[in-house]
Amino acid sequence: MSSTESTTDEVPPKAGLAKELVKRLRAGDGGLLPILIGLVALVVVFQLKDNVFLSAGNLTNLFIQATIFILLAMAEMWVLLLGEIDLSVGYSAGLGGAVAVVLLDPQFHWPWFLAMALALVVTTLIGALWGFITIRLGLPSFIVTLAGLLGLEGALIYFLDHQGTGGSVSVQNREFYNLVNANLSPLFTWIFVIASVAVFSFFIFRKDQLRRSSGLDAVSLGVTVLKIVILALASVVVTLIFNTNRGTFTTLRGMPYAILVDFAMLAAGSFVLTRTRPGRYIYAIGGNSEAARRAGINVNRFRLLAFTLTGFTAGVAGLLYASRLGGVSSGIDGGNLVLLAVASAVIGGTSLFGGRGRMVYAVIGGLVIATIYNGMALLNLPAAEQYGATALVLLVAVALDSIARRGSAVGR
Amino acid sequence: MTSAPETRGSSTPTAVDGPVSSGASSTSALLSLRAVTKSFGPVQALQHVDLDIPAGQVTALIGDNGAGKSTLIKTIAGIYAPTSGDMYWKGEKVSVHSPRDAEALGIATVYQDLALCDNLDIVENMFLGHETTKRGLLDEIQMELKTKQVLGELSVTTIKSTRQLVGSLSGGQRQSIAVARAVMHESQLVIMDEPTAALGVSQTAQVLELIKRLASRNIAVLVISHNLNDVFAVADRVAVMHLGTLVSSGPVADYNTASAVELITTGERATLSHANPA
Repeated sequence: MSSTESTTDEVPPKAGLAKELVKRLRAGDGGLLPILIGLVALVVVFQLKDNVFLSAGNLTNLFIQATIFILLAMAEMWVLLLGEIDLSVGYSAGLGGAVAVVLLDPQFHWPWFLAMALALVVTTLIGALWGFITIRLGLPSFIVTLAGLLGLEGALIYFLDHQGTGGSVSVQNREFYNLVNANLSPLFTWIFVIASVAVFSFFIFRKDQLRRSSGLDAVSLGVTVLKIVILALASVVVTLIFNTNRGTFTTLRGMPYAILVDFAMLAAGSFVLTRTRPGRYIYAIGGNSEAARRAGINVNRFRLLAFTLTGFTAGVAGLLYASRLGGVSSGIDGGNLVLLAVASAVIGGTSLFGGRGRMVYAVIGGLVIATIYNGMALLNLPAAEQYGATALVLLVAVALDSIARRGSAVGR
Repeated sequence: MTSAPETRGSSTPTAVDGPVSSGASSTSALLSLRAVTKSFGPVQALQHVDLDIPAGQVTALIGDNGAGKSTLIKTIAGIYAPTSGDMYWKGEKVSVHSPRDAEALGIATVYQDLALCDNLDIVENMFLGHETTKRGLLDEIQMELKTKQVLGELSVTTIKSTRQLVGSLSGGQRQSIAVARAVMHESQLVIMDEPTAALGVSQTAQVLELIKRLASRNIAVLVISHNLNDVFAVADRVAVMHLGTLVSSGPVADYNTASAVELITTGERATLSHANPA
């Protein structure tokens, strides 16, 4: 089968793969491998210190904790790819969550989906507004969204103070509460996971097969199968974790809905970035906006689109955050949230200068941050050390990335 | 009207003189400029430039800094609108108001900075802004095949994988990609601004070879260069600018290094140094 395409260098596929991997690592293009190794190291350390860490209950909890970082990092990804930043996503998320919670309150009693939709409209418009100001006035997005951060904090406090509930609102709606606090049944967890693996495998297989049959450089069939097997194995492990009973008094099994949302946002974001023209243009603008402009791309339109998608994704994050906390308080630390979101994206391998990053980086980075917080809380380490550890991981991630990059510049 | 009095050595068979040349008369020229003038306020960057660019030939545009070479190519490329004067494309009078207009005619410009995205791979750069799609989604296979085909046709052989990031390529390779991109979009006139300025010896040879290949595909090439060695190595025709005026143009055989330098620096060929009029 692979006889036609053996024009490339892979004699024994395995050696070729390893060599390729080393080469890419050297070129600072190791993809997710370095940070995955780091994540595994963190997990091993925490597990050795406290064997509760790898329990099903704690891991599920970790995924839930990571959700806010993951989604906010995904929100940030759209603008980071342009070389821009949105500092307001934390409070934008807070405001979105607050809008939904208030509308679900008995005094308004909106249907849950309409309340959530309106919350998303609000945050999307907020994102679009920052984009509009940044582009129209030619201002640095850092400053525009810094003003946004301050303004939205004010707006959130004002909004919550006028609900007459003492500066915070709590979730009064079962469906909304269930977003994070309820699970798919174990059976549906399996169905979802198997269906997802099947769909992804199909796409991976078809893509590699198309490349082979078109006579383009492609991995051999064995490598394709290997990729699919790894994906399937990882999915089975995750499913088993979710489906283990983690309740103490009652049975508690299955994948939390929030994880579904993470997956959906990851799939949708990756799809737009890799398979559509707008995604391609966002990378191009982030890499060289002048080149993009000369190629006939309406640069400002796609910059506005990215800011808008940031707002939308921040809204999704806000809904899940409000659901998890059971409400929104004006004391929400949106400033800290956004910085951790940027840290997540960067730890995952995103460049702050634009043009480099993938949605899955946000997931990995978010998991790393959540792992640190979760593990250190298990060890009863104080906040001081949690911050210290996060700082260290962030620095190490960026430094490793930069060193690898320098190597590639010299080694050209 | 006063078609540049110094237009010596122009043995063009076509009617070069005067804007009267109603389209059809300039048969062999793909693009003809007649009395093109461009002013920036009081500054006349171009003064009554008459120039014919024939298909399948390499025209080298030479001149000192500030002579108006860049203004001229930007006018052709639609970045500047000429203050006065006419442009004829295949004998038809055309007006080019934007880069889009120029592109629609089939004029592609490869600027010195090449306008490539280092973070994208070769295929992505080749198709930037003109992606092939299938059911609304990017058709990577099709784009990659086409890229390979175009690079093959231009004998760009030094590139290992079309999925390499452009940032990892050498200067000559980058130049090749920028040119291949222009060719792929069915351009009939490719304008190149200092294509060899930043290149080493072997890379320069590579690019000059590529320029010749373009001409052999019946594409008109207009090259700005400071390097007279390159000019004489590759050009079929030479056009010299001096202080906003096209002081001389003609087949490369009418020039030698000494006369070219003289034209560039003084705008005149004072001595009878055009010793070898073919």
